[in-house]
Amino acid sequence: MGTTLDIKIKRANKVYHAGEMLSGVVVISGKDSVQHQGLSLTVEGTVNLQLSAKSVGVFEAFYNSVKYTLRCDMRRSLLAKDLTKTCEFIVHSTPQKGKWTPSPVDFTITPDTLQNVKERALLPKFLIRGHLNSTSCVITQPLTGELVVESSEAAIKSIELQLVRVETCGCAEGYARDATEIQNIQIADGDVCRGLSIPIYMVFPRLFTCPTLETTNFKVEFEVNIVVLLHPDHLITENFPLKLCRM
Amino acid sequence: MAAFPWHSRNRNYKAEFASCRLEAVPLEFGDYHPLKPIMVTESKTKKVSRKGSTSSTSSSSSSSVVDPLSSVLDGTDPLSMFAASADPATLAAAMDNSRKKRDRDDNSIVGSDFEPWASKRGEILARYTTTEKLSINLFMGSEKGKAGTATSAMSEKVRTRLEELDDFEEGSQKELLNLTQQDYVNRIEELNQSLKDAWASDQKVKALKIVIQCSKLLSDTSVIQFYPSKFVLITDILDTFGKLVYERIFSMCVDNRSVLPDHFSPENVNDTAKETCLNWFFKIASIRELIPRFYVEASILKCNKFLSKTGISECLPRLTCMVRGIGDPLVSVYARAYLCRVGMEVAPHLKESLNKNFFDFLLTFKQIHGDTVQNQLVLQGVELPSYLPLYSPAMDWVFQCVSYHAPEALLTEMMERCKKLGNNALLLNSVMSAFRAEFIAARSMDFIGMIKECDESGFPKHLLFRSLGLNLALADPPESDRLQILNEAWKVITKLKNPQDYINCAEVWVEYTCKHFTKREVNTILADVIKHMTPDRAFEDSYPQLQSIIKKVIAHFHDFSVLFSVEKFLPFLDMFQKESVRVEVCKCIMEVFIKHQQEPTKDPVILNALLHVCKTMHDSVNALTLEDEKRMLAYLINGFIKMVSFGRDFEQQLSFYVEARSMFCNLEPVLVQLIHSVNRLAMETRKVMKGNHSRKTAAFVRACVAYCFITIPSLAGIFTRLNLYLHSGQVALANQCLSQADAFFKAAISLVPEVPKMINIDGKMRPSESFLLEFLCNFFSTLLIVPDHPEHGVLFLVRELLNVIQDYTWEENSDEKIRIYTCVLHLLSAMSQETYLYHVDKVDSNDSLYGGDSKFLAENNKLCETVMAQILEHLKTLAKDEALKRQSSLGLSFFNSILAHGDLRNNRLNQLSVNLWHLAQRHGCVDTRTMVKTLEYIKKQSKQPDMGHLTELALRLPLQTRT
Repeated sequence: MGTTLDIKIKRANKVYHAGEMLSGVVVISGKDSVQHQGLSLTVEGTVNLQLSAKSVGVFEAFYNSVKYTLRCDMRRSLLAKDLTKTCEFIVHSTPQKGKWTPSPVDFTITPDTLQNVKERALLPKFLIRGHLNSTSCVITQPLTGELVVESSEAAIKSIELQLVRVETCGCAEGYARDATEIQNIQIADGDVCRGLSIPIYMVFPRLFTCPTLETTNFKVEFEVNIVVLLHPDHLITENFPLKLCRM
Repeated sequence: MAAFPWHSRNRNYKAEFASCRLEAVPLEFGDYHPLKPIMVTESKTKKVSRKGSTSSTSSSSSSSVVDPLSSVLDGTDPLSMFAASADPATLAAAMDNSRKKRDRDDNSIVGSDFEPWASKRGEILARYTTTEKLSINLFMGSEKGKAGTATSAMSEKVRTRLEELDDFEEGSQKELLNLTQQDYVNRIEELNQSLKDAWASDQKVKALKIVIQCSKLLSDTSVIQFYPSKFVLITDILDTFGKLVYERIFSMCVDNRSVLPDHFSPENVNDTAKETCLNWFFKIASIRELIPRFYVEASILKCNKFLSKTGISECLPRLTCMVRGIGDPLVSVYARAYLCRVGMEVAPHLKESLNKNFFDFLLTFKQIHGDTVQNQLVLQGVELPSYLPLYSPAMDWVFQCVSYHAPEALLTEMMERCKKLGNNALLLNSVMSAFRAEFIAARSMDFIGMIKECDESGFPKHLLFRSLGLNLALADPPESDRLQILNEAWKVITKLKNPQDYINCAEVWVEYTCKHFTKREVNTILADVIKHMTPDRAFEDSYPQLQSIIKKVIAHFHDFSVLFSVEKFLPFLDMFQKESVRVEVCKCIMEVFIKHQQEPTKDPVILNALLHVCKTMHDSVNALTLEDEKRMLAYLINGFIKMVSFGRDFEQQLSFYVEARSMFCNLEPVLVQLIHSVNRLAMETRKVMKGNHSRKTAAFVRACVAYCFITIPSLAGIFTRLNLYLHSGQVALANQCLSQADAFFKAAISLVPEVPKMINIDGKMRPSESFLLEFLCNFFSTLLIVPDHPEHGVLFLVRELLNVIQDYTWEENSDEKIRIYTCVLHLLSAMSQETYLYHVDKVDSNDSLYGGDSKFLAENNKLCETVMAQILEHLKTLAKDEALKRQSSLGLSFFNSILAHGDLRNNRLNQLSVNLWHLAQRHGCVDTRTMVKTLEYIKKQSKQPDMGHLTELALRLPLQTRT
């Protein structure tokens, strides 16, 4: 092994906020003495916009494309190769000031509350009640709530929470809206006991969520769907828009 | 070389004895004495005062001698410390005792009285089995393609194995169908191994994938009979994973300077470790399916300790609630069992979650009888009575965790809640399995009532009675209820049709019956068991249970006269028709007898029964029986023989031994024991008659002697025979049976040529010479007092023995023969004394027969000369280089013999001893210190009266100076 270069950032979680100092060390290790003609640090922030393969003229997700990297270069003489090491870090928007107030929501799902039903008469009878403790969520805290299957004629196959990211990009010609499922969490498996509350609990994935963002040109929003699968093949979805923030 | 004449020294044994004896010194209390028990006192002083020596001069030393062994250990020794630490075998035994203490010490730590999961594991695996085909469906989910290229040179087997590995490596769906149970177990074990391998090779993601896939298997309830075992196997993997993750993060907290203590707080954990830990939790939180997410998170529950103090106490209730999402009641109860298991291990003080698991379970209990479950059972063709017991291991475990150290009020509440639910047999059973026995025993009548009310179609009732019986074996119900409990329970048990169900139940209840009732009730129960198990030879399938019944009965009836008066006991034994089992049972009975029988017995009932039992054991011996087994059987039979005594009825005693001989003729140790017993009987008789036999007792003693004489030849061991001949001869001599004694000694002499050069001792071939030497020395000591037969020549036994020794083929290059001759010289010297060293009461030895007759002495001396000539001849042959050392030591030994027994006033003998002294020193092979000591001894002896001539001898014995 020749000479190696390593960047060690002080913070283990590599998360920084605007205005903060990113500090750490560059470790150069080698057997012999190392000659070089300068060591430089570069920070890069990139937004990598990719055209969607699906629809012409639409960009793929904004969220994932923002990337911050710290690069360290060591220039060396002609005989030895220059050394480079990059290290990614994360920038979180500054936590919002002010008090966070929960916004609880109750829900009841029955065949009658459903939209987009082709033949309502064929649906088995059921009554599902529940609540979300808040639809406005702190991104580091889980989404919580409860759900009770009060009654259901058909056996339940599964109940899932689907987290969806909705990105809207608008300009003079109109706007494009793109919804992506970023996480799906099963909270009930099989024909659960009637009348017994089942916890709703979902941790927001760190790499795929950000605070809800709304600018003139584009928006990043999140929604959660409660998906109930009934035997033999019924799919019931209840949608709740979420507002994520960082406190 | 001219023969040296022998002149024995005249010995005054009395004076010698007096001069040798140590002076008696009165001992003050508290004085040091070597045989006084060492008092171990814990003093830290280093001074060990042990002034006292073995000399007869006064010795005083402190009474508290510091025992060097215990002082090093500082009070605690590693063995007892080891014994104090938990080990499962002792746990069970300790449980009864500690159960009583439980109420008082309410600390939150799980004590040794908590039966650990590990002890349940094996039982579950053994009980829940299947013959149906199983399947494993693994999806290692990865986007990358398969990367396996096997070289064609590899064998097919290796290739498929590698391919399987590759499949693991990177995403492909793998469904293994048609696995037998054993295949399945092997597969899971392989998975466990690949988890460890992946972890060791730093493939953490792959490890996680394996764990997720494994826990996913727990949502599959096809082949439902196997589910409990599957749970055991897969949670093993989860435990491994949990441990690996915890240890990894723990190791990250260790920097060069310090190691994290066992009870660390999260502040001491560095950021990198915390971040890694958090990463694991984030990864797990994003697992899509409920069941794997639950199990994997539960498996690393302990890791919450790294993040926050309250982590575990927040996590446990959440996970408890999470189980509510599991629809299948069986899957859900096992999930709860796992959570309780992890909870008890990591945070036993968090009882709330345990309780919540219990009450949540009760809430979902009705699901068991719901349509979804019923449909599934119909589909799998499983009946309710075999489905419900599948819940037991998980429920028992949850109940056990909850009831551990629980206050009485909680137990009562739990029971009440169970009562309210319909068809509660399953719950009832778990309550009885898990709650402390005292609690159950006190309410036995209530439980019997509840059991009776249970629906017959659901959970099998015999299991309920069995559980109740297990509790009653551990704890006692109120005195007033005892008989009623037995009656009520047995009324149900006796109606059980299936012999297996019946015997499983009966086995448990025997313990209770034996504990609290008399032989009458036990007899009734045994009779009932016989009645149930005899038709269609049902006993053949139930030997373990029947054996356990016998063990319980004999454990409680130590008095064998009572035991054998239980009429049905022997008929019960007749059910053990398979020989190996039968012998096992007999061994148990004899072990208990030997252990508990205090007094010798002549009770005909016991004798008859035990003779029958012993005969059974003896008759099981055949050519294939192992030595160990034979030894064990012989030990047991001997134990019995030793306990039989007819008191003063010696005739009866002898006829018992005669009968025993005919019964146990195949076990040599038993015959040996019988010979010893008969010899003892003869000596006993002599003692009673105070040495003066009447006509009748003399005849009886001769009968005893005859018994031994005809029994000994049937033994195989040559030294056993020799020693017994000698021993029996001594007994005959003591009982004035002179001709019989002669016969024994002659037999022994004629047996000596048969002694092989090598004999088998504990499976190893050893040279026999040292044993022969030992025997002959012993023999010589006896021959001293055996009077010559009037019709045979002088010393005919000694002469015969000498002939035999002469003809025996001795090992080449061995001096044993000469050592024996030296001993013969000692014997002959002792024989030439006026009065012998010892005598047998009422037997005239040669000293009084010949009265120092000169002819006798001349004969004696002639023999001595012959022997000496042999010795000197042998010494001459040792004059070769390689034998010089032997020559030196043998020469010295001969010198010592002459010094001790010879009359050195005789010039030739004196000269011979001087020559021998020189011979011993000639080649520098001798130990100078020995020579110095010897010389000192001679000088000391010379001061004795009549020994003055030794002074002169000492002057002629130079010490070789070291060069």
